[in-house]
Amino acid sequence: MGKYTIRRLLQMIPVIIGATFLLYAMVFAMPGDPTAGMCGQRDCSPVFKAAFNERYNLNDPLPVQYAKYLAGAVQGDLGETRSGVQVIDELGERYGTTLKLGVIALVFEALIGIGAGVLAGLRKGGFMDSLVLVSTLVVISVPIFVIGYVAQIYLGVRLGWFPVTVSFDAGWGELILPGMVLASTSVAYLARLMRSNMAENLRSDYVRTARAKGLSSGRVVGVHTLRNSMIPVVTFLGYDFGALLGGAIITEGIFNIRGVGGYIFDGIHEQDNMAVVGAVTVLVVIYLLANLVVDLLYGVLDPRISHD
Amino acid sequence: MTSNVSETAHALEAGPEGGDTDAVRTLKGDAWRELRRRPLFWLSAVIIAVLVVMAVFPGLFTNTDPREAFLGRTRESPNSDAWFGRDVQGYDLYARVIYGARASILVGVLASVGTALVGSLLGLVAGYTGGWIDALLSRIAEVFFAIPLLLGAIIALTVMRERVSGYFMIVGMVVAILVVFGWPSIFRLMRASVLQVKPNDYVQAARALGASPLRITMNHILPNALGPVIVVSTINLGVFIAVEAALSFLGIGLQPPTVSWGVMISDARTAIRSSPHVLLFPAGMLSVAVLGFIMLGDSVRDAFDPKSR
Repeated sequence: MGKYTIRRLLQMIPVIIGATFLLYAMVFAMPGDPTAGMCGQRDCSPVFKAAFNERYNLNDPLPVQYAKYLAGAVQGDLGETRSGVQVIDELGERYGTTLKLGVIALVFEALIGIGAGVLAGLRKGGFMDSLVLVSTLVVISVPIFVIGYVAQIYLGVRLGWFPVTVSFDAGWGELILPGMVLASTSVAYLARLMRSNMAENLRSDYVRTARAKGLSSGRVVGVHTLRNSMIPVVTFLGYDFGALLGGAIITEGIFNIRGVGGYIFDGIHEQDNMAVVGAVTVLVVIYLLANLVVDLLYGVLDPRISHD
Repeated sequence: MTSNVSETAHALEAGPEGGDTDAVRTLKGDAWRELRRRPLFWLSAVIIAVLVVMAVFPGLFTNTDPREAFLGRTRESPNSDAWFGRDVQGYDLYARVIYGARASILVGVLASVGTALVGSLLGLVAGYTGGWIDALLSRIAEVFFAIPLLLGAIIALTVMRERVSGYFMIVGMVVAILVVFGWPSIFRLMRASVLQVKPNDYVQAARALGASPLRITMNHILPNALGPVIVVSTINLGVFIAVEAALSFLGIGLQPPTVSWGVMISDARTAIRSSPHVLLFPAGMLSVAVLGFIMLGDSVRDAFDPKSR
């Protein structure tokens, strides 16, 4: 297990470097003058521009620029935004909000997805099964920005059950509706995954043995079937956490949440390259780490899989 | 969205087993027989057929010009003149929904075909040759896999969009970017299928008989590995249509005067509280299209999977 972890961590390094270099190159290839608008109503002076280029190594060839950036990033220096704030300080705040949103989405996803999947899988072809299949199909096909706006108008504005937008320091309660919207598509996929696992495992030999031994059906379903059906579901949840953080850009826009997605999007519009690069670099690292944790967890959950 | 794709891919990695070697009942024949009995399959086939006709010949469905604006009749509710009402600019929403099909279907189909071709080809090469080529291609795939699709597409589009103009160029650019960030899921699927098929006796026998690598790949490996790729590509088609709409919605995909569902939804943002129909018609149409392709992929997958019968 220890060896496997180290090997996987080492394998992650080239992937992290490759992905962040790609993003770095794309961000700095974005059109426009990075110093535009930094000196008020007029163009910046050549002296300022030279100092700016020097500060961010913009005169070096791209790989050198990137290497210098990476060297700084490893030491916790992600540069400054256009307004002179340390990117790393802003990211701490933004990631706090987005992580909260991601946790709410994940909890909602786990509760509803697993619940609906179990109900559907218990009696394949029954009423609950059809209901879950049809409703998940509908949720999957409606785009998330439509779900977001409809939820905001009907549950927020018309019915007033939830706050319509999220305040500056987003509290847990305010993030419930956005979290549910963010998780909606994943809930549907998770319910379908859980359903097919349940239905498949209920027909397996070990379940028949358990029934033949005379165990109560609550124990057969609750302990034997459920635990085995949960393995792929837990891995799905883990992979999805990273994807949820990356996909929060639209949800954050609709509900006016000051999270990472909005930070990246605003940064792109304002040509705040350092802010964008910093945020996406951290995002990619979190995403890869989440995947690694899932892979390690897989061996713990399923003793048949050995990492040694 | 990537995780949804990979989940399907994961479920399919087992692939069609080939089953019994009965000469009359092939796996494809069984699957087709199974498929014909499914109402969901026929429903999705009808939806897709109508959408394709709509994309190719929009004039069959409406005589109204989708770019004819009546500013005096802005946000009109659905009525006998404009069936779906009018939007903020006074455009006829029905005509725009019809004409918008082309961009979405074009992006979805081309991006799906593109990812399937690139992913399958590289997956075949990696799985078949193994060694350092496999290691290199797998690492490259991991790099692209680590970048979330929407995020990568947003940044890449921002870089590219001032450098191209014209309808087909812009559509082509969106497609190219979706292919660049979407191929790893197909690559993984194909590579896994090849690795599974390769050690089989009949492949070894073909090699012993002196068949060239090209012949072995084409005649023995590809037919066995193609099924899962087609299924995932069909489901991806729906996903790509939704991503295109999301990009247009954010204002960086297709741009007006191009008529597309994503552009319409983006235009509707200012009007949704007072006149929801401006949002609901294009969104509904988009959902029906995505639904059609996902249902098709689902039923084909179930038909090919012996366990689900």
